[in-house]
Amino acid sequence: MPEFTLRVNRNEKRVNVSPETPLLWVLRDTLELTGTKFGCGAGLCGACTVHVEGSAVRSCSTPVSQAAGKNITTIEGLSANGLHVLQQAWIAEEVPQCGYCQTGQIMAAAALLAKTPDPTDEQITQAMNGNLCRCGTYERIRKAIHRAAGNGGAR
Amino acid sequence: MTPLSRREFVAVGVAAGAGLVIGFYLPHKARESEAFSPNAYLRITPDNKITIVVARSEMGQGVRTSLPMILAEELEADWKQIEIEQAGASTLYGDQTTGGSASVRTTWDPMRKAGAAAREMLITAAALTWRVPRSGCVAQLGNIVHTASNRRLTYGELVAKAASLPIPTDVPLKQSKDYKIVGQRLARVDTPSKVEGNAVFGIDFRLPGMKYAALSRSPVIGGKALSFDDGETRKVPGVKYVGKIGDAAIGVVADSVWSAMEGRRVLNVKWDDGPNKDLNTASVFDALKQASAKKGASLYSVGDVSKIKGRTITAEYRSPFMAHAPMEPGNCTANFQGSACELWAPTQVPQDCRDSVAQAVGLDPDRVKVNVTLMGGGFGRRLEHDYAVEAALVSKALHEAKIGEANGAPVKVIWTREDDMRFSFYRPASLHQLSAVLDGAGWPVTFTHRIIAPSISGQKGQPGPNGLDPDLPDEAAFIYSLPNVSLEYVLADTPVPLGWMRSVYALQAGFAGESFIDELAAAAGKDPLEYRLHMLAKDQDIQYFFTTWRTARMRTVLQLAAEKAGWKNPLPAGYFRGVACFGCFSSYVAEVVEITMQNDAPRVHRVVAAVDCGQVVNPGILEQQIHGAVVYALTNALRAKITIEKGRIVQGNFDDYMPLRMEEMPAIEAYIVPSTEAPTGIGEPPVPPLAPALCNAIYAATKKRIRSLPILS
Repeated sequence: MPEFTLRVNRNEKRVNVSPETPLLWVLRDTLELTGTKFGCGAGLCGACTVHVEGSAVRSCSTPVSQAAGKNITTIEGLSANGLHVLQQAWIAEEVPQCGYCQTGQIMAAAALLAKTPDPTDEQITQAMNGNLCRCGTYERIRKAIHRAAGNGGAR
Repeated sequence: MTPLSRREFVAVGVAAGAGLVIGFYLPHKARESEAFSPNAYLRITPDNKITIVVARSEMGQGVRTSLPMILAEELEADWKQIEIEQAGASTLYGDQTTGGSASVRTTWDPMRKAGAAAREMLITAAALTWRVPRSGCVAQLGNIVHTASNRRLTYGELVAKAASLPIPTDVPLKQSKDYKIVGQRLARVDTPSKVEGNAVFGIDFRLPGMKYAALSRSPVIGGKALSFDDGETRKVPGVKYVGKIGDAAIGVVADSVWSAMEGRRVLNVKWDDGPNKDLNTASVFDALKQASAKKGASLYSVGDVSKIKGRTITAEYRSPFMAHAPMEPGNCTANFQGSACELWAPTQVPQDCRDSVAQAVGLDPDRVKVNVTLMGGGFGRRLEHDYAVEAALVSKALHEAKIGEANGAPVKVIWTREDDMRFSFYRPASLHQLSAVLDGAGWPVTFTHRIIAPSISGQKGQPGPNGLDPDLPDEAAFIYSLPNVSLEYVLADTPVPLGWMRSVYALQAGFAGESFIDELAAAAGKDPLEYRLHMLAKDQDIQYFFTTWRTARMRTVLQLAAEKAGWKNPLPAGYFRGVACFGCFSSYVAEVVEITMQNDAPRVHRVVAAVDCGQVVNPGILEQQIHGAVVYALTNALRAKITIEKGRIVQGNFDDYMPLRMEEMPAIEAYIVPSTEAPTGIGEPPVPPLAPALCNAIYAATKKRIRSLPILS
């Protein structure tokens, strides 16, 4: 099998997997970064959201060959030291219930704040609409994003 | 005696469970042998660490926080001292099923008594240490304090002496006015791990050398595997094993999830489609209609509805199959080691997992250990244990094929979203026939509701007595004061696999019953809120199976929701309201829904919910449960529909079974009636009023009555 070099959370990793393997499974199985979740396998729920070159992508629908050589960030590497301001906001607003979708939600929100430091409700809805939550935490997700934005969210 | 169903047992088994657990000792590890552990829920070690064991499963409803709060309250512990331990399947905790909105209401007594017993023993231990009368000692924030001398000892310091004392059987419990922990908005204990990404859900659990399995299951309900050709599958790199798992599935085992899924994709299986190859949704509803001709079993009867004549209103309602679709797809890790088997299961039924796995792999139940992981939602899907049996069977097959590690054959079975959608156990489709006779003023003097539906428990071989489904006692009460009421259940069989989905039959009973009440109000030309309040005006106890419902409590939540929603105030042009109230799992809920209509579809702007669920343990978690139930119910009402064609489930993923997204979120307000009554359910009760309140709002807007869910079908 071919070898790919991935730059995950600022570290270089070499993996031997078939080229069409979704990045999700390389992260979860090969690199043991299980904070990124499997929800639908079809880019419909956002549980697998990671950053590739700073943009939110669905890792379940991104072949590893397309991610090779690029900067990939997962929830485990969202903040180099301590908790990201969004993670702090998520705790302050008590966002998670079951918690399964929340790492994907946070990654989607982080990509939003990086480009739009103080988003409107409409911008939040647009950025977060692809991320499903079956526990119904959307209202607190919105509050947490506003809170993080108020605390200098892009950091 | 008819055996109690699991859910009935949960409801009635409280007192028995409470008495049983006290006196058992938790089998603790050697290093903790100095611990004080007066019961299976609690362990205090000399280093002053307090561990509370949670014997229910955490799926987002907050039991890892709320249940320990109950024990910590009576223990007079410092909440900051508390550590939480998740119990696996055990014989120490009674029924560990997490369902029926029962965790708080059924552990309220045992957890309080467990904490109180320990507290009393610690007080005695301190009094003996100081040689002072017990009455001069009080428990306070993790210490026993001798009030007169202000001496104090931590619980940790008292462990050795307390452990030598007899366990009291009759302990005083605190009064609610003295609560310091119960009733507080304490943060959930597991939030940081969930936002950091290191919380371990079932799907994240890993064993050294673990393999991954994807199963190919009969696409037609009830079909069987005849043969398979794994030529292409074997060519997929990483595939290690292909074999029959039971008689209806083929397992593909590989080094990675992706290889297992790819191997399954190219597997060629010849199926025997069995007897259901022509089944479709229409034939299911035809069967319900046919069954409706039969006389059913009475759920509740007062007066005689057949004797009253007058202006009669009738209507028929229906509700479709629905799937739970929790965010975390099905999975389970198993390690079969010949004479024992260990599982790591995201499950609501650890004991069922243990027993079914034992049977499936041919071991005694005490040779099967079930560890309970975090769950990415449950909603009743994980009240089944199919995933656990699959994992154990795959692991056993690997063990027998000598594929595995020196110490077993660890494997994780993973379901895809399509597996979850198509091989689920669905909320039963149902048909509802309603009728009522109105008096000259338009008030109802009779109310008849016939529920025609397959029985979930019946299909699983645990039917209720006398043709009843054993869930309906918790989910179909009629809590209005009327002179003539008849509630009837007509059993109709279906081959479609059935399961308990959040609020179970209460969703259908509430949708049909509360929509019909609205029809009566409309026929009488009366305000739907006033109409309901009129039927609740008289204080009355309504005994429905084991629950005594009180019209006064329903009236209170209805008035509260109406007041907060501003029912009497006019709405802006184009806005409309609907109201509904329902009681289930011993709790009362009323909801008011505000909508506009856009292209014949409702846009929900606001939902006001008022709840009476007795004593509140953690109002923050409670409000989350109400919000979550409203969102879940909105998906159910608007779009959730599982259909069947040629014996196959049509829906496969979130593009054709679409949960609510952020853009559709209404503003949700939750109001809780203060109460010192014993706690009752909350995970499910806010679900049933939503669909009828929404449909009643649609009627207010359009004069069109929705009698079939989902609304956007």
